[in-house]
Amino acid sequence: MKAVRAIPTTINYLIASGAAIIALAPIYIVVVNSLKTAPAAVGMGVSLPLHPQWGNFAAVNSQANLLQAFLNSALYAFAATALAVLLSALAAYALARRRIRRHIVIYFLLIAGIAIPTNYVTLTKVMQYTHLIDTQIGIILVYASQMIPFNVFLIYAFVDSVPRELDEAAFVDGASPLLTFGWIILPLLRPVLFTCAVLDVLNVWGDFINPLYFLSNSSNWPMTLSVFNFFGTGSSAGLSNWALVSADVLLTILPVILIYIVAQRWILSGLTSGSVKG
Amino acid sequence: MPRAGGEARPGSRRHRRRRGSRSAFYPTWFAGGAFGLYFLLVLLPGILGIGLAFTNWTAYTTSLHWVGLANFRALFAPNSFFIMAMKNTLIFTVATVILKTGIALALAILLTDGIKRLAPLYRAIIFIPNLLPLVAVGIVFRSLLDPSTGLLNSTLRKLALGGAAQNWLGDIHLALWSVIGVDTWKGVGYIMVILIAGLLAIPREFYEAASCDGASRWQSYRYITLPMMMPVFAVTTVINLVYALRVFDIVFVLTGGGPGYATATVYTTIFTQVGLGQFGIATAFSSLFLIVMLVLSFVVIRVMARPSVQT
Repeated sequence: MKAVRAIPTTINYLIASGAAIIALAPIYIVVVNSLKTAPAAVGMGVSLPLHPQWGNFAAVNSQANLLQAFLNSALYAFAATALAVLLSALAAYALARRRIRRHIVIYFLLIAGIAIPTNYVTLTKVMQYTHLIDTQIGIILVYASQMIPFNVFLIYAFVDSVPRELDEAAFVDGASPLLTFGWIILPLLRPVLFTCAVLDVLNVWGDFINPLYFLSNSSNWPMTLSVFNFFGTGSSAGLSNWALVSADVLLTILPVILIYIVAQRWILSGLTSGSVKG
Repeated sequence: MPRAGGEARPGSRRHRRRRGSRSAFYPTWFAGGAFGLYFLLVLLPGILGIGLAFTNWTAYTTSLHWVGLANFRALFAPNSFFIMAMKNTLIFTVATVILKTGIALALAILLTDGIKRLAPLYRAIIFIPNLLPLVAVGIVFRSLLDPSTGLLNSTLRKLALGGAAQNWLGDIHLALWSVIGVDTWKGVGYIMVILIAGLLAIPREFYEAASCDGASRWQSYRYITLPMMMPVFAVTTVINLVYALRVFDIVFVLTGGGPGYATATVYTTIFTQVGLGQFGIATAFSSLFLIVMLVLSFVVIRVMARPSVQT
């Protein structure tokens, strides 16, 4: 009986392992090819590099102005996330606590933004008019505005789990609304704020379309746009150096994977919250 | 009577006071920063876009004129590339929704029912592609799918299946399906994670009761799992739809919308039109799309804005 049951279990593990290999294969290919010489990396094969070319990373740094792009991405990710999370928490708190008609309307307008697509044509115009186009502060504000709807949605639901008695006790003691929010509520919202922050950082880090529309000055480019242009200049000339492209791609995905290893729990819970009644 | 009086008595004055000053405790301006930014950079461009969709706005016009429905007529002109873009977007959306949901469900059942040990590890690994920036994914698959040097074709040739080797991204009939394949590879883990959470939320007693009553495994899937999972499928479908209708990055990097217009989608077409300076048509297309998404967003709100949320 046991032996008979062991066969389907083995097959299950084989299928699951197959799926895991398919999921990881492209990352593996990027890693091994980032350490090859240019001719060896032509086919982006699966073989291990014969003589690891650690110099590829220095080369791609100088050729693609990588450090600048990396710092830009980090700046956009952290500044936009901080702004979006803070403004969303403040809004979600007031809207969830006092559900008068006006607040409900604002809430629904805000979370409609989860589905509303950005009109890039007129947003470009608005950004030109406000002198935000092709500036770092501009792209940060755009990112924040696009992430606010989902953040408000997640935080709004969480506010209900914070006992109302806490803020009312603070008011009775004479604390101002802002002080109450900052000192009593914000610390208690930490789990959901952290979830929002991790998702926002990943979101900005991987975004491509906004810088494509709004950042023409290459010194403002984030990693995604920089790696795309580095890849594009080579491929249009017909001589993509896949070893260097792989090194560039690897440095683009590495932070994401590191964040995932550290914050996996929050990412998975954040992405499933709201989907499944717990 | 005594009950009513008893309820009103303790702290009735406090209650009134609390209610009276609630507006001061939770002022609307708390929402001002978030809403202001959102209004300026999301809602306002949307509203402006609808107005400008009826004008002759291009990069070269010096004065704006009302042109009525001319832009919209151009969108729906027979065989216009806007229609091709809408058709491609629709095919992409339907195909990715079906593929991602189907594969994700099979994997989710495998990782909850078929495998016990290491299941969280497998789940974590299969989710990884979802995290990767689409640009990076697109670049890597551009190489893997290259007709002459790509790993996929060279592997097929090594296995003496050279006949199955294709010009994956350059063939007019195949390119869209290659893009769909890559996008499914990337997105299936996310849907799987949600479905696993849904499957684990079904009380075990249901299955125990069913097996006591002599239900087969298939019958418990059919009569317990499927109905219990319906709300979860609704959510994953909405998530898939909202993403797929806006698809841009992966198409832009893999094919640039080509060959010809074979893989052009709504968002890549808007980008191309902006590049050509055809702002009026581009914003008309964008606005039409916004209306479609607004209708869909009512579904989003209905499905997602439910009271209970698990975190």
